[in-house]
Amino acid sequence: MTETPEYIQKIRADFPILQSKVHNKPLVYFDNAATTQKPNLVIERTKNYYEKQNANIHRGVHHLSQVSTQDYEDARIKIQHYLGASKSSEIIFTKGTTDGINLIASSFGALLKEGDEILISAMEHHSNIVPWQLLADAKKIKLKIIPIAHDGTLLMAEFERLLTAKTKLVSITHISNTLGTINPIENIISKSHAFGAKVLVDGAQSIQHGEIDVSTLDCDFFVFSGHKIFGPTGIGILYGKEKILDEMPPYQGGGDMIKNVSFEKTTFNELPFKFEAGTPNIVGGIALGSAIEYIESIDKQSAFEYEKNLLKFTERELLKIDGLRIFGTAKEKTSLVSFNVGDIHPFDIGTLLDKQGIALRTGHHCTQPLMDFYEIPGTLRASFSIYNTVEEVGQFLTALKRAISVLS
Amino acid sequence: MSTFQEKQLGIIADFEVFDDWMDKYEFIIELGKEIEGILPSDRNNQQLIDGCQSRVWLDSSYANNVMRFSADSDAIITKGIIAMLIKVFNGETPKTILKEDIFFINKIGLQEHLSPTRANGLLGMVKRMKMDALKHV
Repeated sequence: MTETPEYIQKIRADFPILQSKVHNKPLVYFDNAATTQKPNLVIERTKNYYEKQNANIHRGVHHLSQVSTQDYEDARIKIQHYLGASKSSEIIFTKGTTDGINLIASSFGALLKEGDEILISAMEHHSNIVPWQLLADAKKIKLKIIPIAHDGTLLMAEFERLLTAKTKLVSITHISNTLGTINPIENIISKSHAFGAKVLVDGAQSIQHGEIDVSTLDCDFFVFSGHKIFGPTGIGILYGKEKILDEMPPYQGGGDMIKNVSFEKTTFNELPFKFEAGTPNIVGGIALGSAIEYIESIDKQSAFEYEKNLLKFTERELLKIDGLRIFGTAKEKTSLVSFNVGDIHPFDIGTLLDKQGIALRTGHHCTQPLMDFYEIPGTLRASFSIYNTVEEVGQFLTALKRAISVLS
Repeated sequence: MSTFQEKQLGIIADFEVFDDWMDKYEFIIELGKEIEGILPSDRNNQQLIDGCQSRVWLDSSYANNVMRFSADSDAIITKGIIAMLIKVFNGETPKTILKEDIFFINKIGLQEHLSPTRANGLLGMVKRMKMDALKHV
């Protein structure tokens, strides 16, 4: 890999922030697993909304309210099509992945009984651990952990051993935010269904790296955050199968989620509004629709393929550095790399990389159990997106080598 | 001018020769290597100030009306900043430590390391140095 293809350069030009300088150095943004940058289409849509159409939705007879309602509901339909869901009522707007998981823990969790079991894996983000711990404590449910091998892949034989008729839910990340491992979720879903267990897929990392089709996957729930797929922060999606969502009680009470309110008896609105209490993040939802429009407008298959090649190239170059160790070496892996160099603390390297304009993540990446598994305080994590270039990888490697020489 | 202020002005002067961030950090790393710190075998949980990014161990003592501190970190840049803080705080009375401002960190552009969001244990360390001083007022 010697140069960045032209179609990637074209994508890059759509993201104004990538022209910035940091500490007087050109910004190299390799923290895409934390959040992605926004294309002009999303930025302009947000600005335009507040300049020309701001109004509350779903209840106004006036023009602006109707236009905004229409755009918000159109965004829902765009997202429905992007995810391959059969109905737009299965698309619930949330604040993000964490919010979606908490909704399911609270609402689907209300249907669970003492002695039921939930399976998660050892590579989960804290937001797919803690809601289940809270639920397990409150309802005397057992939380079981699928262990991983040293290369960062799930021990599937252990998964099958843990899966029983008591298992009511398997909540699993599609792609590990720390290791990059792509989990065999198709297999997990079919095996879980054989035992009558539902499956929640945490798509926070997978949403920006490949096409998702919830109908083919046959998952029961799929959650993601808008900001990880070039949309705004504070907006996310919970997809759920209609039949299950219908059985679940409401999550939060308030406006929009009701049909009729009286002090004697309140009835609830139908899906998806049953789970959308209060004035939503209207502009967030509309701009997330624009983000989906953007990704549909590019050659996404080539872009996803390019990301993978960029990762392979970076990993090959990184491994030439003395004492560098990569965490997460699964064969099926997405475009992020976690690593440490010798005994140097990741915080030290991260600080010196920042001063050279390189933005990447250091620390435990909200996966402390995983850090305990590898017996390390944290890692450095470089995570790529469709607008990163081969030249940026070069700048990153030069800066990294300089940091290492200063710290050795 | 108090010695607490003088020591800080001295550190600011040390940094005036650098205009490149990497040079500043190389100097900080050297400072970190120079101090004795606390040997891993002598560290304990009472001394530990946990940060999300790096960890800090702090020990303090009080004699002849002045405070003495020793500290360490698993990250060398954090340890370099510790070295400067200790230089300023050591040999000062508890009253001075509680009353006087620490201004050198901002002046040399390292304020990000003492921000609550940085979570490298340094803010917790300064707080604990003051808490320890408070016990002897």
